[in-house]
Amino acid sequence: MYGLSLFKGLGVTMKNLVSPGRNFTVHQYPDRKIGLVGLARMNDQNPVSFALKRPGESIKALMGLTSVQDRQYQHPRFRGEEFSWYENRCTGCASCAKYCPLGIIRIVTDPAKTDLQEGDKYFLEVFDIDIGRCMFCGLCVEACPYDAIHMGSGFEEGRYSRRELVIDKERLVSSPKRPSHWFRPQLSAQTEYNPLEGDEADWREVHRHERPTLTDQQHRWGQR
Amino acid sequence: MNADSMFEGILSFGSIYDFVVGFVPDGFEWVAFVIGAVILAFIVINAMIMSTAVYTWFERRVLGRFQNRLGPNRWGPYGLLQPIADLLKLITKEDTTPEEADRWVMLFAPIVLLVPTLVVVAVVPFGDNTFLGRLNIGILFVLGVTSVNTIAIFMAGWGSANKYAMLGAMRGVAMLVSYEVPMALGVIGVVILSGSLAMFDIVQSQSIPFLIVQPLGFLIFVAAASAEMSRTPFDQIEAESELGSGYNTEYSGIKFALLFLAEFMAPIINSMIIVVLFLGGTNGPSIIPGQIWFIVKTFVVVFALLWVRATWPRLRVDQIMGFAWKGLFALSLLNIFAIAIEVVIFQDDAGNISTGSLWIMSAINWVLTVIAIVVTARVLGQNKLERPEPTPSPLANMYAEAD
Repeated sequence: MYGLSLFKGLGVTMKNLVSPGRNFTVHQYPDRKIGLVGLARMNDQNPVSFALKRPGESIKALMGLTSVQDRQYQHPRFRGEEFSWYENRCTGCASCAKYCPLGIIRIVTDPAKTDLQEGDKYFLEVFDIDIGRCMFCGLCVEACPYDAIHMGSGFEEGRYSRRELVIDKERLVSSPKRPSHWFRPQLSAQTEYNPLEGDEADWREVHRHERPTLTDQQHRWGQR
Repeated sequence: MNADSMFEGILSFGSIYDFVVGFVPDGFEWVAFVIGAVILAFIVINAMIMSTAVYTWFERRVLGRFQNRLGPNRWGPYGLLQPIADLLKLITKEDTTPEEADRWVMLFAPIVLLVPTLVVVAVVPFGDNTFLGRLNIGILFVLGVTSVNTIAIFMAGWGSANKYAMLGAMRGVAMLVSYEVPMALGVIGVVILSGSLAMFDIVQSQSIPFLIVQPLGFLIFVAAASAEMSRTPFDQIEAESELGSGYNTEYSGIKFALLFLAEFMAPIINSMIIVVLFLGGTNGPSIIPGQIWFIVKTFVVVFALLWVRATWPRLRVDQIMGFAWKGLFALSLLNIFAIAIEVVIFQDDAGNISTGSLWIMSAINWVLTVIAIVVTARVLGQNKLERPEPTPSPLANMYAEAD
C-alpha cells in the first residue's frame, strides 16, 4: 500500500516526542539542565519528599532553571589549543616552524652568550603561534626533537578578534602546563598524570628518555 | 452570564470607535475613526507578532524533541526568552546589502512579504463578536492576498543579485503558482457547501465540521497551504542543503528578521484559515467561549503541521510539481464534482442542507476519498525499479590475479 511508510514515520517522531527515556543525540555543555527528578536523584531523595523539604529549589528546578556542571569524556590524547611549551627544553631549533604545513609558527632566535664554554645556546626572542589558522594536526609536536612543545587539552580559546588568537611567548610561558598525550607515549605511561585534572607536569617529567651519557653519545655518534 | 457575552466586542472596530468618539468634539468624528483604526491595527499587529515570537520558541523546542534534540534551553525557563535574544541579535547585526543588489527591491521584499500575511487577519472571525472586518468575500480576499507572497519572494531573490537566491526564488515562484490552483479548487468545495464566500457564513453553516463532510477537500487544502507557506515537505524555496537557504541568502539584520517573522507567522495564519474553513471555527459546546475553541483548534492544527514538518523529508522539484498538477489538481476537480452533485441532490427547496443529509454526504465522501487516493497513488506511484545484479568490475581483482 502506497504511503503507509509516511504514517510510520509520523509514529516514530511522535514516539520521540512522548517517550520519557529519550536518548538525546546532543550533549549539553558546559552545564546540563536538570529537572526536579534529576535534582532529587542527585540528593538521594525521591522527588516528592525533596519537593516538600526544599520547595524553593524544587520550583526553580521545575521551571528548568537548575543546571549542574557537566563535562563530557575527553580522551587524554585530545589535540587541543593552548600549546604546552617548556622553555627549559626548547633549543630554538625551529623544527616545529619548519614542519608546520601552514607556516603559522614564527621563531626568532639570538645567541644567548651565556654558556660559551659548552657551546653557545640560543635565546628565543619571539615564539608566536597563530592558532586562528592552526588546524591542530600536531605535526609540530611530532617534529620537536626535545619534547619541548606539546598539544594542550583545552578547547575554550574563543576570542573576539584574530589578533588575540596569536599566542606569543609570554602566554606560552605563563599558560598552565597540561600537555596532552598526543604523540607523547611517555605521558601515557605515567599513570599518575592526567591532562584534565591533577597537578601540572614539570619540564623534567615530560621527556622521552633519560639524557644519554657521554659513552652513549660516543657510541651513537662517534664510533660509527 | 452567557459565555459568549464575556468577550463581546473586545476586538471589534465598533467598540473602539464608540470609546474614542466620546473624547472628540462634534464634527471631528473622522479623527475618532482614524484613532480607532490605528489602535485596532496596533493591537492586532502586536498580538500577531507576540504570538509569532512564542511560536518560534514552540516550534524549535517541539521540533527538537521530535528529532531527539533539545532545542533552545539556555535563556530563561525552558528557553522561553530565546525569541527576545534572537530579535536583539538580529537588530544589532549589521544590515548588509550586496554591491550589485537592486537596493529598493531588496529593501521592500520583506515588507511585501509581511504585509499580506498580516492583512489576512482582518477577515478571520475569532469569535461571534470578535472580528476586524465582516467582509462578504472573505475567502476570496484571503486567496488573493496570500498570492502576493509569490511576488515578494521573487523580489527578494531578484534584488539580492545572488545566483542561489535567484534559483530559490525561481523554484519558489513555480511552486507557489502551481499550488494556488489546488488551494483555490479545494476552497470551492467549502464554498459550494456553505453557499457563501464570507468567513462568518462558512463558520455558521458548519453544523458538523467540513473536515468530516469533505475529507478530500481538507487534505488538498492542507497540502496546498503547507506548500504555500513553503514548509518542510515543500521547502524548495529555501532548500538549505541545496541552495544555502535560497531567497534569503543575502539578507541580514532587521530585514532578515522581517522575512522570518513573515515565514513563522504564515503557519499560524494558515492554521486559522484551515480552522475556519474545515474545523468549524468558533463552533463547539458553549461551556467554553468560542474564542477559546478557536484558539484550541488553531493550536491543534499548528501542532499537526509541525508534526508533519518534523517527520517528512523534502521532495524533489519534479515530485513537487507532479504532486500539484497530477495529484492534487485531479483530486480537487473530483472533490468539486462530488460535492456539487451531492448538494444538488440533498438540498431542499430553500437551498439549505440538513444535518442528517450532511452525515450521509460525509459517509459517501469518505468512501470516495479512500478510493480516489488509492487510485491516484496506483496511477502516479512508481513501481519498484528492476535493479540489475551488480557485475564486478574487471579491474577489481587486477592485483590479486597478478600474484
